[in-house]
Amino acid sequence: MSVVKQDSAGSRIANPLITVSQFAPWFVVIVFLSLLPVIFTSGAALTIMNQMAITIIFALAYNMLLGQGGMLSFGHAVYMGLGGFFCVHLMNMIEYDGLWLPLPLLPFFGGLFGLVFALIIGTFSTRRAGTVFAMISLGVGELIAASSIIVVVFFGGEEGISGDRTMGPETFGLDFASQLEVYYLTAFWLVISALAMYLFSRTPVGRMANAVRDNEERAEFLGYSQRNVRFISFCASGFFAGIAGGIFAINFEILTEENLNLATSGSILLITFLGGVGFFVGPIIGAIVFTFLQTVLSLYTEIWQLYLGTLFLLTVMFFPFGLTGLIAMHMRPYQLGKISLLVKPYLRMAIPGIVCVLSFSSLLEIAFHAKHAAIGEEHMSLFGFGFNSYNILLWLVVLVLSIGSGWLCKRLAVGVREAWDEANFVEPRS
Amino acid sequence: MSLLLVNLLDGLVTGLLLFMLCSGLTLIFSMMGVLNFAHASFYMLGAYFAYQISTYVGFWPGLILAPIIVGLAGALVERYGLRRVHKFGHVPELVFTFGLALLIEEIVQFFWGKSHMAYEPPALLNFTALTIAGNGFPAYKVFMIFMAMAIFLVLLYILTRTRVGLIIQAALSYPETVQNLGHNVPLVFMGVFGVGTALAGVAGVIAGPTLGTFPGMAAVLGSIVFVTIVIGGLGSLWGALAASLLIGWLQTFAASYNIVIGDVLVAVGFPMPVNLDDSALRDLWTLTVSQIGPILPYLLMVLVLVIRPQGLFGKRET
Repeated sequence: MSVVKQDSAGSRIANPLITVSQFAPWFVVIVFLSLLPVIFTSGAALTIMNQMAITIIFALAYNMLLGQGGMLSFGHAVYMGLGGFFCVHLMNMIEYDGLWLPLPLLPFFGGLFGLVFALIIGTFSTRRAGTVFAMISLGVGELIAASSIIVVVFFGGEEGISGDRTMGPETFGLDFASQLEVYYLTAFWLVISALAMYLFSRTPVGRMANAVRDNEERAEFLGYSQRNVRFISFCASGFFAGIAGGIFAINFEILTEENLNLATSGSILLITFLGGVGFFVGPIIGAIVFTFLQTVLSLYTEIWQLYLGTLFLLTVMFFPFGLTGLIAMHMRPYQLGKISLLVKPYLRMAIPGIVCVLSFSSLLEIAFHAKHAAIGEEHMSLFGFGFNSYNILLWLVVLVLSIGSGWLCKRLAVGVREAWDEANFVEPRS
Repeated sequence: MSLLLVNLLDGLVTGLLLFMLCSGLTLIFSMMGVLNFAHASFYMLGAYFAYQISTYVGFWPGLILAPIIVGLAGALVERYGLRRVHKFGHVPELVFTFGLALLIEEIVQFFWGKSHMAYEPPALLNFTALTIAGNGFPAYKVFMIFMAMAIFLVLLYILTRTRVGLIIQAALSYPETVQNLGHNVPLVFMGVFGVGTALAGVAGVIAGPTLGTFPGMAAVLGSIVFVTIVIGGLGSLWGALAASLLIGWLQTFAASYNIVIGDVLVAVGFPMPVNLDDSALRDLWTLTVSQIGPILPYLLMVLVLVIRPQGLFGKRET
């Protein structure tokens, strides 16, 4: 696909969707992805990387709605889940009914299934954006999640359905029994779908989605149906979510109600928002950071969801453009050559900031342990120290530390703000 | 016949309870244009606060104190959270309340753990109020009905007959004009948000003993509440009432009649498949009405949106 326009001489020149220099980062990514398993060889690392890749595809598909189309969905897990369920059924058909289908093609069919459902539901849900779309998506999501318990033939009821990925015809001599082979398959689909979604955002349809997001009335006056533009984005997003579901099915070989419900839909919103909705790479960063935090935090603490929830709320309140937005904010001081002005206040802020976060979380951990640990079990350990969680002195120390460092942070924030204004200041030309 | 009467009463209890949540949500929505995703979480907070108070001083002080605390918490959330996010637009507002709902659930689990709380109806109301053909109807449910109706009437009176209600109604339609007339509209917003969440808190206090006080109680009711106000028509108080009662009765009746769909299909004239276990539609034949009860509100919502997109009583297209 290419944008064709007339130049001044009247001859038609093609404006390529992607130039060689724009393709360079993709090439780096491909090399990086193929080298990753050489660096991280353990099984756990492979599992986490596969999970990250699936989340990235799903988050990118979600951002086609939220970031590029301005549609907030509370039920997008449905399209990924349905694609996944369909793929497990296909796997079972390969195993039992002798269906000839190479496994690497499976996610594509998952995508098609997601697309079919997006076509059906999009006809009535894309009429309006904003709150109304959000409510409909929530209702439809809950409807399908609730039906999944009832409709046992397709969804398998409470225990879900499972399959076996190794039963298909061998592709290039691979049977995908090992985690490493699955990783390369996942990485292949990651690159393909990420590239496709990137290219989609650069087509006229993708550009119109942005226009409708920003000003639907104006887009209508230009002769575009806002509903059709939204519908196309919605279907494309459903397709890619279905692909993510297909890869999920290959990876985990089981799908349950959990893949369809509000918690999954909500966490993808969280991931996308955390990464930054305004940027193509936002969801990618969000997915990597979230999966990493989830894995690491849940290893060390029981209340990791409390931390993630707090982080999410703080992001919405203070950095509505997410982590990517935070990085992008610093481009301007960098271009003005004033980034060095920020180094010192940031460093000064770093120590009380870290102390504040650590002491607050210790306070939470100690309180949680004191309240919920088994009776008589008063010993706990934190950051390598062991102590009694009922020790009043300890409570006092942590309390003073957290309040003191919080107060110091608030005072230093003034300096950071001043430095920030200074770094962004452009001298007026006389 | 007697079963019908019992179901009517039970449905009324559920419907009025739903309406206590929907009324606050609708008021907040029509005023600020933001759907408070965390509304059901305030309902949960009401139940937990009332439980905690009831362990010290009994049920009745909790009925007064817990909603006040919830309302104050709601007002603080509006003042320091929503108002800050408001300038970024409606989508971040919705995302903010969604995050708040997640966080409140985690906070509740942090303090009270994951298990059910032993929150019981007061001993004063622990008797059977009336017996309909052998089916006892507990006094606590009668209390719930009267409580909900009283709150509805007070709310109606305040909104339509008092000066405060007049300002609120004006601020619903023309906030700028009301501001120019010298009224403190942000304060009105904060007040409405506080009162709306306090109403949810009341609902939590009186629902906690019958529906159970556990960390999932917000999620159980949360999406139903949204479905209800979409069916009733976003921003319409009467629509919210009608839809709440409709859904209350729909769920109660579906849960109590154990009709197998297959029997209905046979009665209508469809032949039963011979080999039911191999049939792809076997779920359709073996389902009972009580099984599909939980999905009926969502089905109704989809139906309403397709046939009448503005909802039952709504004026604007949703």
